[in-house]
Amino acid sequence: MYPDSMSESLNKVIRSRPRRLELAKSGKPIFPPMSAEEREEVLNKFHPDYKPESRRKLKVGPNKGELITTEVADLLESHSRIKSDLFDLSKPDYETDILIIGGGGAGGAAAILAMQNKAKCIISTKLRFGDANSMMSQGGMQAAVKPQDPPTRHYLDVMGGGHFDNKPELVHTLTHDGPDVARWLEKLGVVWDKNEDGSLQVLHGGGTSRKRMLSARDYTGAIIMRTLMDEVRNHPDKVTVLEFMPTVELILDDKGNCAGGVLYNLETEEYFIVKAKATIITTGGYGRLHIRGFDTTNHYGATGDGLVMAYRAGSKLLYMDSVQYHPTGSVFPEQIAGFLITEKIRGAGGQPLNKDGELFVFPREPRDVESSAFIRECLERNNGIRTPEGRLGIWLDSPLIEMLQGEGYINRQFPAMHRQFIRYGIDITKEPMLVYPSLHYQNGGIEINDKCETKIPGLYVAGEASGGVHGRNRLMGNSVLDYNVFGRRAGKHAAEYIKSVKLGKLSLDHIQKFDAELKKAGVKTDLIAPILLPAYTPEAVRKRQLTAQYEGTLR
Amino acid sequence: MATKKAAKKQRPKKAQDKSQKEKLVTVFIMGKAHNVPAEATIMGAMEYAGYQIKRGAGCREGFCGACATVYRLPGDYKIYSGLACTTLVEEGMWLSQLPAIPAHKAVYDIEKLEPNVATIQKLYPEVFRCVACNTCTKACPQDLEVMDYIQAAKRGDIEAVMDLSFDCLCCGLCAIRCPAEIVQFNVGLLAKRLYGKYLSKKSKDLEERLKEIQKNKFEKDYKALMKSTKKDLKKKYYDRDMEGQ
Repeated sequence: MYPDSMSESLNKVIRSRPRRLELAKSGKPIFPPMSAEEREEVLNKFHPDYKPESRRKLKVGPNKGELITTEVADLLESHSRIKSDLFDLSKPDYETDILIIGGGGAGGAAAILAMQNKAKCIISTKLRFGDANSMMSQGGMQAAVKPQDPPTRHYLDVMGGGHFDNKPELVHTLTHDGPDVARWLEKLGVVWDKNEDGSLQVLHGGGTSRKRMLSARDYTGAIIMRTLMDEVRNHPDKVTVLEFMPTVELILDDKGNCAGGVLYNLETEEYFIVKAKATIITTGGYGRLHIRGFDTTNHYGATGDGLVMAYRAGSKLLYMDSVQYHPTGSVFPEQIAGFLITEKIRGAGGQPLNKDGELFVFPREPRDVESSAFIRECLERNNGIRTPEGRLGIWLDSPLIEMLQGEGYINRQFPAMHRQFIRYGIDITKEPMLVYPSLHYQNGGIEINDKCETKIPGLYVAGEASGGVHGRNRLMGNSVLDYNVFGRRAGKHAAEYIKSVKLGKLSLDHIQKFDAELKKAGVKTDLIAPILLPAYTPEAVRKRQLTAQYEGTLR
Repeated sequence: MATKKAAKKQRPKKAQDKSQKEKLVTVFIMGKAHNVPAEATIMGAMEYAGYQIKRGAGCREGFCGACATVYRLPGDYKIYSGLACTTLVEEGMWLSQLPAIPAHKAVYDIEKLEPNVATIQKLYPEVFRCVACNTCTKACPQDLEVMDYIQAAKRGDIEAVMDLSFDCLCCGLCAIRCPAEIVQFNVGLLAKRLYGKYLSKKSKDLEERLKEIQKNKFEKDYKALMKSTKKDLKKKYYDRDMEGQ
């Protein structure tokens, strides 16, 4: 239930609705989409990335000298959790063909392709298998499956959304493999939303020029992730899943090949050595760094672990100056602040409105543009709606969806969103939601080619941890596609690679080298990374945790 | 329908102004009393009290099912359950998280299954021990009709199992309460996979598109796009036509 302080604004939304409904039914854009110049202006002025203090120069490593997101620079200029001389690398605790670091969608897809190509795998995952952003994606997956929508059109949309900074070969791969991924997932048992005749239901997303978003109600990621997990678990002889066992450092050999990792048991606090012929990083993103103090849509373990490990081992990162804020994070009620409200809501006809109940932006601009427009409306034009806790928000008019698509549509297509709000007495079939941009996605990451190879032989990366696919701004539905397309490729190519590789002597020297480089650059930091889990302990409690620094695991 | 029940169960609270917001309640986290904000979720309350959660938190938004929690309320004999990330604390609540749910999963080759009752019988025979007590349904934090989908599984109605279990989070609260020791969520998952793979109507558009890709129909256009200068590509992008709503 909304407080009385919002009722005047809510009434304006109700009053303008019939007019906006007519506009939506007219088939024309309900608000003029921005030109290239308009996009540039709103981004420069209002996107959090474009503030000068949001970036700083990196002092060490392969990207030394580059301006990158401040919190990410801090993370990369950190100390290792381990001292390399404590380990006897000649006696690994596990030996396997492929070590997959991260149990999300990319890790699951990689494992399936790797085992189909006769490789044995270990999945090392920090939380449970499937505790990942992949599980939480709601709206859908883009794939060019309609006659009016060739994959080249998907390519053009992706490049434009990414400000043309994307690596062309990766965008070719992403869009080219899309239809095959749609079929592959269905063959594994994913239940897509379909029309009566069996054709795939498609909707628009931000920045798409064709309806291309496939979905599974608003549990798309959950359905795909659980299907991939179930398939992996049908092959316990080929894939070993180690849960609550994050990898905290990569191991190289004396020839510079990647040769596995050091795993840490979160519960017993033991370390283990995994020797592997190839390693795939699928650790996802970094939303839990709460960059610039933003709330996040991300899962509990999204702390950028893979970036840290790969960077210390010598991998180059791409576009780490760019952060994605999802336009529609929830801001009311307070308990769900920052939670994701799927872009599918706008895809189905939901409209963003200011405090006067008026449209102020085309609802489906690319995410960075849309977010910036929301911020402008709140901060510059003072047209936001204030919550009792002092947050500002924009209305997202969901009742309109039922008027456009028919009664019952929200319950069928948005059961998760309906549940999320009805718990707090807000019925989204009758009342709008209140939203503001929320930290959502790591646009950049570890540089890969179309085989998911990095410049370290034997090290592969797939999914959100990689960089280049989305340029400096990802479009909706392309992360689900990304983790499937590149997860599969990483698994396949790693399985080929292991047939010929001969590992030399295992080594953790790169960790000491990196630490020496930090010292030489004059970096002074207490930060130990991968940080593994974010801490939400209140300050007063922390002050009493006098010995917490000795606990080693988390604090 | 399901959501109506949720509204009742959760007693929606009207948002209050800031002064009331800082009101505290006493909850018992695994028996230990803590004062926590009255409007907090169970997960928020545990973190406020100083717990660093390792097991028992995942997506934190009601999608992953990592945070199954059981609790009792003062003066009430009933045992309640819910997700820590979406359930609000109440005065006197006595709670404990379930760090993991022991549940068995049938191992199978999806390529060799048939979408019928015999498959259910073979992989999850305990389904037929269901006594229709409805405890699973009452335990479901998503308010799914769990017992109904187990009954549908007994009939071999794979489509109904898929539909009714679609929004399942695999939190395991049904399985932990079931007197017949059924692992409902894994039955649901099997049915969804069977439906998606074998029963859902196939898309002709998709098959056509795959044929085109196999014939490299788009490679010439791809090459042209990939070779374009940024300026040309930008022009193409801003000139492209839009499919209507």
